Amino acid sequence: MTVASSPDVVVVGAGLVGALTALRLAETGLLVTLIDADFAGGGSTGAAMGHLVAMDDSPAQLALCADSRRRWHTLVETLPDDAEHEACGTLWLAANDEELTAAQARIRGYAAQGVRAELLDARGLAAAEPSLAPGLAGALLVPDDGVVYPPTIARELVRRARQAGVDVREGTEVASLAAHEVQLADGSRLATGAIVVATGVAAPRLIPGLPVVPRKGHLVITDRRPGMVRHQLVELGYLQSAHSFGAASVAFNLQPRRTGQVLIGSSRELVGLDASINRPLVARMLDRARRFMPAVGEMRALRTWVGFRPATADKLPLIGRWPALPDLWVATGHEGLGITMAPGTAELIVAGLLGQSPAVDPAPFRPDRPMPTDTGLAA
Amino acid sequence: MSGHRRVDIVVVGAGPAGLAAATTAAAGGRRVLVIDQALRTGGQVWRHRSEATLPKRARESMARAQSAGVTFALDAQVVDANSPHELIVDFRGRMARVGTEALILATGAKERFLPFPGWTLPGVTGIGGLQALVKSGLRLPGRRVVLAGTGPLLLPVAATLAASGAEVLLVAEQAGGARVLRFALSLLGSPHKLLEGLRYRSAFLSTPYRTAAWVTRADGTSQLRTVTVHERGEQRTIECDWLGAAMGLVPNTELAQLLGCAVRDGAIVVGEAQETSVPGVWAAGECTGVKGDDASIAEGVIAGGAAGGERHRVHRAAVRARASGRRFAKRMDETFALRPEVRALADADTIVCRCEDVTRGQLDPAWSQRQAKLWARLGMGACQGAVCGPACAAMFGWGDNAPRPPLQAPLLGPWGDALSGEGQEPPRNS
Amino acid sequence: MSVGDLTILVDDVPRRVPAGTTVAVALLQLGITEFRRDLSGRPRGPLCAMGSCFECRVTIDGVADVRACLTVVQDGMRVERVR
Repeated sequence: MTVASSPDVVVVGAGLVGALTALRLAETGLLVTLIDADFAGGGSTGAAMGHLVAMDDSPAQLALCADSRRRWHTLVETLPDDAEHEACGTLWLAANDEELTAAQARIRGYAAQGVRAELLDARGLAAAEPSLAPGLAGALLVPDDGVVYPPTIARELVRRARQAGVDVREGTEVASLAAHEVQLADGSRLATGAIVVATGVAAPRLIPGLPVVPRKGHLVITDRRPGMVRHQLVELGYLQSAHSFGAASVAFNLQPRRTGQVLIGSSRELVGLDASINRPLVARMLDRARRFMPAVGEMRALRTWVGFRPATADKLPLIGRWPALPDLWVATGHEGLGITMAPGTAELIVAGLLGQSPAVDPAPFRPDRPMPTDTGLAA
Repeated sequence: MSGHRRVDIVVVGAGPAGLAAATTAAAGGRRVLVIDQALRTGGQVWRHRSEATLPKRARESMARAQSAGVTFALDAQVVDANSPHELIVDFRGRMARVGTEALILATGAKERFLPFPGWTLPGVTGIGGLQALVKSGLRLPGRRVVLAGTGPLLLPVAATLAASGAEVLLVAEQAGGARVLRFALSLLGSPHKLLEGLRYRSAFLSTPYRTAAWVTRADGTSQLRTVTVHERGEQRTIECDWLGAAMGLVPNTELAQLLGCAVRDGAIVVGEAQETSVPGVWAAGECTGVKGDDASIAEGVIAGGAAGGERHRVHRAAVRARASGRRFAKRMDETFALRPEVRALADADTIVCRCEDVTRGQLDPAWSQRQAKLWARLGMGACQGAVCGPACAAMFGWGDNAPRPPLQAPLLGPWGDALSGEGQEPPRNS
Repeated sequence: MSVGDLTILVDDVPRRVPAGTTVAVALLQLGITEFRRDLSGRPRGPLCAMGSCFECRVTIDGVADVRACLTVVQDGMRVERVR
């Protein structure tokens, strides 16, 4: 076997973003090496809820979600069963008429991006989701949202990547980066044309000054109770929690898994990489969940875990060149939308590296854009 | 309703170690609460429905705890903890917080199940498991039973089964005959142990006890019908109604790990005074390493003394018994080490994770436990790896997947309430 | 029928069982070996008999997934198997 020439691209991080990016790059004919310190999907991808959601906090966010969600719809057709894809849709729950009115106003914005959305009144909501507590005003239904189980997808994408000729190196730690060079922890160096860093919350270790901070979340999973929850359920107040950076917050978020287990979230805190369980916060999260769906209290709780969302001060991801080194690209900072935005992110990286026209305007995601400094998101 | 209770010392586990710890700790008027999941004290090894069936030392241990003023919360389980000083306890379905100055873990051990084809059939239980069923009232008159496993536990269980009227067809010990003989001879130094063993053996004298023998598969449609035994290079199939199959014991370390205690080689790490790596937490008995009753009781005494605040008292006899017990434990480990064959009985279709139906063929030994969990759902079910964790450790050398709260799959509502400080008033005295 | 017996409902059928036994033992004593079904529909019954394995789960008095090996029979108890 001849010695392989140095790769065109080294992708660091085999979570969903990195794995998909590496695969897509290889599919365009580039020689790719994919490196991960542990196993594919073992980082934030493995802790994630796996929600495929069109989120519309800003036009740029919605544009990337919409594009990426469309790509998911194609991708899930080809994924094996253990991807656990469920086309369950999302119900954004309105606690009162004001919230419902505000929700209705979002339909046009969704429609402009090709995202179907419809308003349900209280009766319609009760019919759609009988286990919900009475008293809600209604909901915004986004029927084409879904859920997946990310770790097995990362594994499958890495398998495909290998088949496509990607040199996949799991269990391999990257120590540092230099111009057109990746330096591994074992001292060896890899020369390369370009580097893509998709290591999530670990990215600032390789790229000092990268404006990403970990935003810790808790999830609780229950034992199987098939049929109790039909849609991904999110309270409209979720947007408040996700998009402001005050003290620890919780927002109701409930997800049915293919197994019939129910996944309960969500919480947000800025405490660095402290992976300990914050029980008072979990208590608040569970309490909120039971207000919306009392039946949750009668399920058995199996496990609580913690994950870290790579967050940025302006709530948009970092996708593009990072000027500190030539041909250094980053693809991270997706906060709670990493799974949703993975396919769209991969396409932006591919388009950027190949100099092709991107499907979504990449300007809002420029990694070195000026960031707001008054948000309380200490980087 | 505060749902809150305060004591000086909590002991988790009412087996030999827990009882000894509680009694010792209660000296000097300390308020000691013992929490155990069973309806009676005694743990696994002193399980009983009627105290009359217990060995004298067990009855005495229970009586001493009673007269020391120890309080018992039975049918209760620790499901979570805000700290080592604030436990969240499920008292018979009512969740409450228990505040304590000191905590002694005497959580004992569980059986290690190594997968083999057919092991999920109804009728296949553990060895201690089958004994537990019989001691809880299961009658097996004339039922044909095969026991297959390893270690001294095989003997009392076979004796119990025979005494209850079951027909014990075979006791299969996976360790080789020479080792077992050496071990038996080593017991000459502890005559009471040897006598005990002989007494057990005499209770099932008509049953063959075979070494270097193990079950390779169980068969049946909706329940067990036959087992296939490998013995001296030959396989034979035996019709039977029950199979008790397990390969030794492993410490219960889940609560210890939840509290942040150091665990090594699957056992809670303790120092000379039975202290764990977490201040305010001691551990005693099988949960610090499988070692037998004498040493478990000794460790309980030492832990109880230390947790109870004894500064200068040295429980000399207990320290000696502990040292002797550790030596015995080491001899047991060496004698009954698992042979490679019993670690590799599973074929591709054999279930490894019983909760999630994950088969051997879905697993790659090169993975880590966490990788298997995320990629194949191993350990994601109700038991949270209690069965498949030790199995995979033995099969592949995988390490632990750290336990996360809550333990014991409690109802979410009561657990959440207790976390918020709104737990229910616990029963006064269980 | 002995003095220590009581009546429980097993899948809506009244059965006499000895007092002081666990639900697991009571079911086994009645000849019931299948407590539940696994994800592939295969029968499962008690394994560890000490609360670790969760194989013996049944619905008791309307509460799902209760470990039969840790529950003592009470007069009038409703035991249901999910199959």
